[in-house]
This record gives sequence, structure tokens and C-alpha cells, in this order.
Amino acid sequence: MRFDPRRVALTLAAPVLALVAAVAIASLVLAAAGDPVIEVWRTILQPPKPRNVVNIINSASVLYLSGLAVAIGFRMNLFNIGVDGQYRLAAFVAAVVAAQGWLPGVLNIVLTIVVAMLVGAMWAGVAAILKVTRGVSEVISTIMLNAIATALVAYLLRKASVQVAGSNNIGTAPIPEDSRMPGIALIPGAPNEVYGFVVVAIAAGIAYSVLLSRTTFGFNLRATGRSESAAVASGIDVKRMVVIAMLISGGVAGLVGMPLLLGSAYSYGLTFQSGLGFAGIAVALLGRNNPVGIAIGALLFSYLNEQSNPLQILVGVSDDIVKIVQGIVVLTVVIAYEVVRRYGVAQEQRKVARELANQRRRDSEEVSAA
Amino acid sequence: MEDEPGTRAVACVPGFVRPGCSSPRPSGACAIEPRESTTGGPPDEVAVQLRGIAKRFPGVIANHDVDIAVRRGTVHAIVGENGAGKSTLMKILYGVQRPDDGTITVGGTERTFHSPSDAIATGIGMVFQHFQLADNLTVLENVVLGAERKHGIGDRARERIAEISDSYSLDIEPDRLVAELGVGARQRVEILKVLYRGAEIIILDEPTAVLVPQEVDELFDNLRELKTEGLAVIFISHKLDEVLAVADEITVMRRGTTVATVTPAEVTARQLAELMVGSELPSPATEESTVTDRVMLSVRDLTLAGGGRRPLLSDISFDIHAGEVLGIAGVEGNGQAELVETIMGMRRPTSGTIALGGDDITEWPTRQRREAGIGFIPEDRQRHALLLDAPLWENRILGHQTREPNVNGPFIDRRAARKDTQRIIEEYDVRTPGIDVLAAALSGGNQQKLIVGREMSGDPVLLVAAHPTRGVDVGAQAAIWDIIRAARRGGLAVLLISADLDELIGLSDTIQVILRGRLVGVCDPATVTPQDLGSSMTGAGAAA
Repeated sequence: MRFDPRRVALTLAAPVLALVAAVAIASLVLAAAGDPVIEVWRTILQPPKPRNVVNIINSASVLYLSGLAVAIGFRMNLFNIGVDGQYRLAAFVAAVVAAQGWLPGVLNIVLTIVVAMLVGAMWAGVAAILKVTRGVSEVISTIMLNAIATALVAYLLRKASVQVAGSNNIGTAPIPEDSRMPGIALIPGAPNEVYGFVVVAIAAGIAYSVLLSRTTFGFNLRATGRSESAAVASGIDVKRMVVIAMLISGGVAGLVGMPLLLGSAYSYGLTFQSGLGFAGIAVALLGRNNPVGIAIGALLFSYLNEQSNPLQILVGVSDDIVKIVQGIVVLTVVIAYEVVRRYGVAQEQRKVARELANQRRRDSEEVSAA
Repeated sequence: MEDEPGTRAVACVPGFVRPGCSSPRPSGACAIEPRESTTGGPPDEVAVQLRGIAKRFPGVIANHDVDIAVRRGTVHAIVGENGAGKSTLMKILYGVQRPDDGTITVGGTERTFHSPSDAIATGIGMVFQHFQLADNLTVLENVVLGAERKHGIGDRARERIAEISDSYSLDIEPDRLVAELGVGARQRVEILKVLYRGAEIIILDEPTAVLVPQEVDELFDNLRELKTEGLAVIFISHKLDEVLAVADEITVMRRGTTVATVTPAEVTARQLAELMVGSELPSPATEESTVTDRVMLSVRDLTLAGGGRRPLLSDISFDIHAGEVLGIAGVEGNGQAELVETIMGMRRPTSGTIALGGDDITEWPTRQRREAGIGFIPEDRQRHALLLDAPLWENRILGHQTREPNVNGPFIDRRAARKDTQRIIEEYDVRTPGIDVLAAALSGGNQQKLIVGREMSGDPVLLVAAHPTRGVDVGAQAAIWDIIRAARRGGLAVLLISADLDELIGLSDTIQVILRGRLVGVCDPATVTPQDLGSSMTGAGAAA
């Protein structure tokens, strides 16, 4: 594809527009509540310290995987809201398996990851099978499955748990030291390390990109998302595609809890981070299902999260304002992309009409000259 | 009129009885209207005047310098090939689009329409090609929907409907369910809807596209009634014989502008067509037979159960030989779409077999059938044959995802697919600035040429073509006919479904008539006339 400055400008226009609008609306909310608008933004926009940079990268890697899981469904018009339940169930089962230490060291890590992906895929597969055999909307079934996953994990946690010394927290047994994923001292001057799992997250992004835009499978998936009727007529088995796409989405969702499990928590307990699946939906929307876009979205969200921590202390404003900003960003991004997309299509149609008119004029000039 | 009682009864779609069938309308209604009172009317009788209308519209050839004057008490036809700007012009007149330039004068007053309700308020009504009726409501409910303030929704409305129906001989019963009505009756309901809203200027967009010849005659009787009452009818069409039969004045559009206004007496169909195209008119001419004795597609006792009492397809059997075009004639909705989908593997037959060149493909999925060499031109190209949001080269891959030159193992071979798209564009004369353009940006004819080019790639042995030239311009139509003929000479077997009887007769080696899911007769295209075909399609031919 040739480099087209206009196309690049169009691509950038939407997120920039959306961010500006989101900041403006959030400022209005702050002003209406009588909070110091300037101070809040100054705190959020101050340069992060090395320690914070590591935190941003770490939580972005988790959000990124979650965003990818959702995006795979989105590319096929499947709304996998169940990433949340899928990753929690997967992380729990993987934590239990990892703690057994059946395999030594790295092999145990591989086993843990495989188990997590299988469990995530299986949980998503329930929704897929309901959809293709009974026509149940995956939106409904995955929401239900989220609730079931919450209950199931809580129930099983009682059975599989060990008391964490000196606290009321319960959790699975910690995974053996030799099968924890070592961190990477990426940022100089930071006391903490970047999750080793960041590498896996990046690899997942590359795999996503290759799978979708370079393979026949990816073509089938995108074709089904763009027009199911055309996909059927072209010989794509749409039901099979639904099942496979949901399985892959669930499998990637299974990875979401892995950076935490293998890189910091080392067990699944009551305090294991939840809600990442829903954040993933926002991140996928923000990144327009594009692997680079999702990365930017994940970094933006985790930046906002990290930078909002001192708000309470420094300016006495609840850090929930950042959640409001994130919510507004998602809405404005969706609107801005649609506006820009329509503008782009209209531009293209105009361009085609113009070029064809020019061709025709040239043709008729040739005829009259001859 | 008097010599047609038989056909009049035939035109009543079986399954319901219209009162008009037993009591023919006052005959000679069409003869009452003397031509001189319409064509020679004084200027103050002009109902609508369009002057210098221009519209720049993305992707569609702009309207420019459009001048049309429609007089009261006349049927004014607007003809032009697809993409000539008829639809845009009508949308402007009906307030859907606003012109960039020019004026609309209704009844001597200049008007600006911001929406269709403005147009309706000034007495302009439109009957769309695709009916806008709710099947599960009665005629009355459909008519009053959105016009409740006119005469309420009860007896007053019912009386008014009966009154309109009587005065224009529309034969509409207000309390019938629309679901029970045939196509012709539904169209009359649409006309009634427009009249109910007080329209004095009625636009009919390709009204005959969905009708069989006998129903067309009835529609024309209705139109003559309308103009007798002093209404102005604007009739959009590209069927020239019909236009010549019904119109008082004909305006020809070409490339977005009006090129001539003539009366039927002045021109022949051929001259009119040449005005439309601006050059010689192509026609589907029968050629020397290329039918071989090699059976390519063999369908036996194919039955497809439907949700209702009656199967969608019953005991369909036919063979298509290499080099043969088998045409299927039928009123839409008689099983053609289901037949195509069953042959393509998109539906599973309840019983019966399908064999392609000796292989039983009854159980094969669509993909495998396509790989075995079945090319497919679906009826609705935008829904079934294209990814509108994808560039042309990706559309080249669609339906050929597993075949050369598009793939290389599990990967898409972008370079080869793009190169082959370029080839199709050149060979099949797809007018586009490039292969990275979205499919949505092309005109209908060019989209269809791309599809035909794609489906002819990879040496198909059987082409299933459903309405291959529907909604494409005359140039593209001729090109597509040429491609089908050339491929037939090369030994391709073709299953052709078409609503265009001339196309069927011109291209087919054999024509089978389908009625309510059954093949009810075989016609020889060399001898059959569109009228005969029309009769068989409604069931009259089978009885005869």
C-alpha cells in the first residue's frame, strides 16, 4: 500500500479528536463538582517516575492481552464480553496446576500457560456452542458465564485454598520458585522490573496481526465479520468460524491473568485483579482492533490508572475521575471513528467518480482527435 | 380490452380472488383519454417543472442541467440506462436529496424540499420499486400508517380508501391482510397510499420490474385512470416497449442530464434506446447451438421442505450439458432463490441428488463445490458477492480463498492476488482508478463486472448466474452477455435465472418454467414469446 499522507491524517484524526473531547468533558465534570481542574490535569500529566513507568508497562501488557482477546471476536462481529470470566477461571485453574509443580522450571511455566489457554478457550467455547447450536446470542451467554465463573472460582477457591499467613486472604498454594517468570530490568533507575510476560504479549500481538491479515483463516474471519451473507456464499462455514474464533478469543483471554500469576502474585487469591476483561473491551474499541492501536490504547489506560494514584493525596480528588475519563474516551473514540470513517468513504467515492470522469474526458478527447 | 378476458383471469395470482376478476372494469377506459388534451396543454397546466437541476453526489454520476416539465393529466416517462441519474433526480424531487443547483416548481410556485414530508405536503407521492408495506397489517392499517391525521384510523379512513379505490378502479379491499395480496395488488395498495396522502403528482420507480406482462397491462389501465382524473404520473423505467405503450411524453436521460423529450408517436423503441445509450443498442441474440452431449450438472428429484405446508422445491430434475445455457423463468419467489442456494450447497435438500460431471455433490459443502469449478453470480451482489468495505483485491479473493493465485499454503498471496485483480480489471473492463479502492465506491455495473470476472477465473465448469445483469447499465449488460456466450462456446454449462425475459430468451438453449417450486414446463427459446412465458409463469401455460 502506498504512503498516503491524507490517509494517515485521517487515521490520526479520530483518536486525537476523541481525546480532546474527553479531556474537555472530564474538565466540565471536575468544574461542576468544584474540583481544581488545572491541578488534576497537572498531576495526571506530570512525567512518570521510572518506577511508575514499569508499572504502566506491566499493567499495559495485561490490558493488551485482554484487548487482543476481545478484538479477535470483534473482527468477526462477535462480542465476547466473557473475557473477564474466562481469564479469572483460567488463572485460577492454572494457578492450581502450577502449584503442583508436576514439571520442573520452565516446563511448568509452559504447562501453566497451556492450561490457562485451554481453560479460557473451553469457557468461551460454551458460549460458541450455545450460539451455533441454539442461536443464543454470545453477548447474553458470556455475561451469564462471567457470573457463573465468579461463583465457580469462589466455590473452588475454598476447596483449593491455603490460608495466607497473617491475613484473612485465602489463595491457592504459591507456585514453585523455579517456575516463576523472571522480570526484565528494562527501565534504568527503577527498583522494580518489567514482567517477563511482556515478551509473550508482544508475540501475541504479532501473531494476531499475521493471523488476521496474512492467512486464509484470517481472511475468512474478516470476511465473516464484514458480511456474513457474502461469507456463506463464498463457501465459508460460518458456524465453524464462530466456534474457532471464540476458542481463540478465549484462549488469548486465558493469557490475561498470566503476567500477574507468573510475574507478581504467584498464586490466585481473593485479591487477584478482576475487571480486566471489561477494560479489554474498552481498549479494543480504542485501538480499533488494530494490534498497534490496541497497544496504544492499553498504554493510555494504564498510564491514566497509574497517574491517578496520587490524585487523592496531592489534590484531594478521587481517582475515580480517571475512570470517567476512560469511559468518555471510549464513547468519543467510537463516535469520532465513525465520523471519520464516513468522511473517508465519501472522500473515496468522490475520488473514484472524479478519476473516472477524467478518464472518460480523456477518452472522448482521443475520439474527437481521431 | 375485450379480447383479453382470459389473460385477465390468469393475472389473478392463484390463492386469492380479487373482486375485479369477476367483474371486469369499464372497458375502454384507456381509450377515453384523447391525446391532444394532454400533449398540447397550455403552460399553466404544468404540474412540476424542474429547471437546471444539478447534484454532485459521491460515487454516482452527477445530475446536471436537468430540465423536465410534467403536465397534468399525462403519464410522463423518464428513461435512461442505469446510472443515468434517474434515481438521484427522483430523490431530489421527493425531497430525499437537495439539489446543488436549479429549481423545482410545483403548480407554478417555486419550492425547496427539506424532506419527503415537504414533498408530500405539496402533493408529490412516490411508489418505490421495493414495496414499503407491513405484511402482517391490513391494507387499511398500512394506508393510514403515518397519515393518521388525515381521516383517522377507523371508518372514516375506510370510507376514504373505498372511495379512492372506486374512483381509480384500484380494486382494493381495506380489510384484507397485505400478506394475502399478490404483487400487483400490493403495488395498487402503494399507489392508494400515495393518493390517500393527497398526491397529485405520482412518481413510480420501475413499477413493472416486479410484474408479469399481464399485471403490467393492469397497471397501465390504472395509470390511465389516474391521468383521466387530472393527475400527473412520472414513470421511471428502462423497458422501452412499456414506456412507448403508456407514456404521453418521454424524457430521456443520459449521463446525468436530460438529452431529449419526445412523444411516443415520434420514435421507435430502437431510436429511444439509441438516445438512451448514445450509440448502437446491444441485444441478446441467440447463437448457433454449442450444446454437447456431456452432462455437466444433473439434478434429480430435488425436494426442499419449507416451513409451510408446501415444499419450497418439489421433484426438480434437469440436466445441463457442457456448452448449454439453461434458463429458469418464473415470477420471483417461486423457488428460484432456493434452487440456486441448494445447488450452491447453502441449503441441504430434503431429498434428491445433485451431480456435477459425474460426482455426486449432494453432501458437499459450498467450498468444495466452488473448488470443483462452480462459479456463482448471486442475485444480490452487495449482500452475497462482495465485501463492500474491503478493497477490490480482497474481493477478488472472496469465494476463491483456497485457490490459485490467491493463496500460498495457509497464507494469502497478496502479490499474486493483487496482480490477478489487475488482470480482471483490464480483461473485464472494470472502470476503477485502482485495486485498492473499496468495492462500495464502484458503480453497480462495475461491481458486477468484477464479480463476473472473478467467477470466470479458475476455469469454471458450471456457472450459476442469478440475475446477472440486474441493475447494471446497458454497456455492462452487453459485456456480461458476451462473456457468458463466449464461455458457453468454450464448453461452460450455465444455469441462468433471470426476471428479464428477453435476456432468458436471448441467452438460453432451453428454458424451464418454475412455478411454486416445481418445474412446470419447457420452452424453446427460438419460438417462445415473452407473453407466452409470462402466461406459463403464472400457471396458465401449464393448464393449456
